[in-house]
Amino acid sequence: MIRDAALVAGKDLRLEWRSRVGLGQVLPFALLCVLLFAFALDPDRGVLQRATGGLFWMVVLFAGVLVVQRSFSVEGEDGVLDALRLSGLSPASIYLGKVAAIAAQLLVLEAVLLVAVAVLYDTTLRGWVLLMGTVVLATLGIAGAGATYGVVGLRLRGAETLLPLLLLPLLAPVLIGATAAFDVALGRSAGPGWPWAAMLGIFAVVYLSLGALLFRPLMEDM
Amino acid sequence: MTIDGTLSPSGADAPGRSTAPGSTSSRATRVLGWTSLVGIAALVVFGLWITPPDAQLGETIRILYMHVPTVSAAYVAFIITAVGSIAYLWKRSEFWDLLAASSAEIGVLFFALTIFNGMLWGRITWGVFWRWEPRLTTTTVLFLTYLGYLAVRRIPTSARTRGTVSAVIGILAVVNIPITHKAVDWWRGLHQEKTIFGTVDPEMQGTQLFTAYLGLTVFLVLFAWLLIHRFRLAWLTERAQERSLDEAIAERRAEGSAS
Repeated sequence: MIRDAALVAGKDLRLEWRSRVGLGQVLPFALLCVLLFAFALDPDRGVLQRATGGLFWMVVLFAGVLVVQRSFSVEGEDGVLDALRLSGLSPASIYLGKVAAIAAQLLVLEAVLLVAVAVLYDTTLRGWVLLMGTVVLATLGIAGAGATYGVVGLRLRGAETLLPLLLLPLLAPVLIGATAAFDVALGRSAGPGWPWAAMLGIFAVVYLSLGALLFRPLMEDM
Repeated sequence: MTIDGTLSPSGADAPGRSTAPGSTSSRATRVLGWTSLVGIAALVVFGLWITPPDAQLGETIRILYMHVPTVSAAYVAFIITAVGSIAYLWKRSEFWDLLAASSAEIGVLFFALTIFNGMLWGRITWGVFWRWEPRLTTTTVLFLTYLGYLAVRRIPTSARTRGTVSAVIGILAVVNIPITHKAVDWWRGLHQEKTIFGTVDPEMQGTQLFTAYLGLTVFLVLFAWLLIHRFRLAWLTERAQERSLDEAIAERRAEGSAS
């Protein structure tokens, strides 16, 4: 199963690398958001610095919606999904492959964004263990829930505008947890950060298992 | 449960048979309808006049007699949606799909009422309509989650695709309820404030306790009544669509043979 998932993930990432949609469109959009927040919140009052964690994750969620959408729109054309089903790969491994590819793209995006907020919002990055743990767990949660909803969007014509409405309320706990963990790591608030990371971990495990289970009916009822 | 008790004996295809076309009422729904009407009247009398004001909450406790029932009925609705969603993926019968959808619709209605009367309570207690009180915040997030579910059902597609997709969303959404609860609780944990539930006297007694339970019962009966009607309406809508399609096909055939 792992090998099959790696196959799907490899295919997706190769496709992204060649088409450059992620690098050429989603990443610049994310950087644009970082800039727009500065216009909205006045950089001189220190709001940006205090709110770095929350703004960072808001941008990740917005860009995440785009990455998920892209990841499944490539399957919608020319009956690729039918071919994928005929390939004999199990739905669970296709799902996990999709998750892995989305997560990999998000991790690259987050790395660039971290540098961007450090420079543009004048935020000193520290608490690296918690920071990295949060990034990994939150990303798995976003990719896990995102891949399930991505295929939903693919199944319904005209549901592209619906994806944010479906995905973002579900990811509200991720935003809360990841922002709080970042605030602790960056020294903006006291208290232990690990309960937040644990919550993100539970979220990721729950949605990854549900997604792996529910992907079969979603794939089969085309 | 009332809902299962009324619906399940009739089985999956009975609503179409047992009710006359164009009507969703039956003896059971008439009994439920009158019970909830009388119950609501009694609740108004008890809630507004007979019960004394609360020692801590004062007069605002009267909003609680409605707030707790609406939120409880909404959660019952979403649990039924989840059960219907799981059963649909398993059994693939139209009955479970339409039950899940009908229940979600009423759940959203009750959530809207909950948010509304919660805000009224907030206006009196805090002086503002909105504060980031954990319960109110959670309710709003979940309200939006289920609006997404209803939006998905409105996208034209085949019945099977619609059923599968909305079943998956119904399951994901119900799993999100406890997670969102916990997350929002922790989020507001550091600045806990007076909440609509947090201040209720746990030792409610006499008419106050009676009114609280009366409200809960009345709203569950009301929910059952609405659910049965909504389900039958959905069922009839499906039949009407099938029929108009059949008629259109017959018409086209008649045209073909005439020419």
